[in-house]
Amino acid sequence: MGDTLFFERPASVMGYASVGGKREAEGPLAEGFDLLETDTTFGEKTWEQSESRMQTLCAELALRRCGIDAAGVDLLFGGDLENQCTASNYTMRGLGIPFVGLYSACATMAEGLALAACFVAGGLARRAMALTSSHFCAAERQFRFPLEYGGKRTPTSQWTATAAGGVVLSADGAGPYLRAVTFGRVTDLGIKDTNNMGAAMAPAAASTLLAYFRDSGRDPEEFDRIYTGDLGAVGSALAMQLCEREGLRLEKIHEDCGLLLYDRGRQQVGAGGSGAGCSAAVLCSHILPQLKAGALQRVLFVATGALMSPTTALQKESIPGIAHLVAIENA
Amino acid sequence: MKLSKQEYDRMNRQASPPSPVAKDCLWAFFVGGAICLLGEVLRTAYGRAGFILTDASALTSITLVALSAVLTALGWYQKLASRAGAGTLVPITGFANAVVSPAIEYRVEGLVTGVGAKMFVIAGPVIVWGMMASVVWGVVYYFLRPMMGG
Repeated sequence: MGDTLFFERPASVMGYASVGGKREAEGPLAEGFDLLETDTTFGEKTWEQSESRMQTLCAELALRRCGIDAAGVDLLFGGDLENQCTASNYTMRGLGIPFVGLYSACATMAEGLALAACFVAGGLARRAMALTSSHFCAAERQFRFPLEYGGKRTPTSQWTATAAGGVVLSADGAGPYLRAVTFGRVTDLGIKDTNNMGAAMAPAAASTLLAYFRDSGRDPEEFDRIYTGDLGAVGSALAMQLCEREGLRLEKIHEDCGLLLYDRGRQQVGAGGSGAGCSAAVLCSHILPQLKAGALQRVLFVATGALMSPTTALQKESIPGIAHLVAIENA
Repeated sequence: MKLSKQEYDRMNRQASPPSPVAKDCLWAFFVGGAICLLGEVLRTAYGRAGFILTDASALTSITLVALSAVLTALGWYQKLASRAGAGTLVPITGFANAVVSPAIEYRVEGLVTGVGAKMFVIAGPVIVWGMMASVVWGVVYYFLRPMMGG
């Protein structure tokens, strides 16, 4: 109905894993991670291969937690921030699972999870996996400056997480279940500042949330939490304002993955975390464990992505945003 | 959502925290000033060691560039610059940092296609437009000089 797909036989979360780097190990969610590596090279010579290694470790951990091997997964939806999604491509070279490569910037985890949920719920796959990552050092050299370059960050800029998250979905299982998904529409309200991606993505988050609540007819009160992905402090405030203008009040139950991953008071991360691995790692280290433990019963996971490239940014184009939504419930 | 870009721009301005200008300026002033002070100390020291003024000045620049390159390689220059901003960007040490940091970063892509091609990716525009500006000023000076009685 509308933009939202509701599933009669929803996919169940079978297992998940998260891997993080040094700064993530120093953050408030450290305890929830399956693996934290203070050597951010992950033993590799290039940052691109470091990210791929981290993603591989994450996939292997997720499979191990499910008690299956790679052959037990029918299809994997994955992506990252690197040009041509190379981190995922090199990971998948080793894993050998049929692979669908995705790019939705920081929204890739929700996109992959939503697609995997569709394939499993629709009977097209028995088990499907979503896997994404981002690496601060690989992203910096691609989108910004060399690591050792002395530059100043504006207070609205966000910090790319060195993290990966992977979720395995199964056609049968005890939950949590992926009850509905909303694929977002590309939204652009004219923000051009690549150091303020939260503001660029906030309209997309609001648009997708409004679509979901319109399509489902549900009340925000029915949800324990709504997790947006990587809006940071500025984008979160703007998304809440945009929803409120349309009569949707979410402040009480809203949290943002970019604000959860780091302690902004203690860690220098600007307006918060970002990156395809940020929302993925928060999902797998914080949200899904709470659902499994019964501390949460019903949540919305809305990851947002800023869809510019360094080229379009230099050409003074505004930044298109996207947000995909997944409704995850225990019952 | 019925919202114009202008309206959203206004919302964004309100929601986005401004840079702490006073704090940034103080950092830039004192760190930039300290680098210049170090330069003066070096020049005086080279002068005392018996070098003539032009040689002492050149040696001062060379020393500051070398120092900046070492600090960049250690990752310390970037840490200082994240607070000092223009204080570390404007002096010659900032220029050295802008050349050395891509040289380190792109080393893995080879000596020619990595270091060679990318070394001036940040400093390049400064050289191009700095040279252009000096050419333009040279032409202006050529016509102004007779009027200045030179």
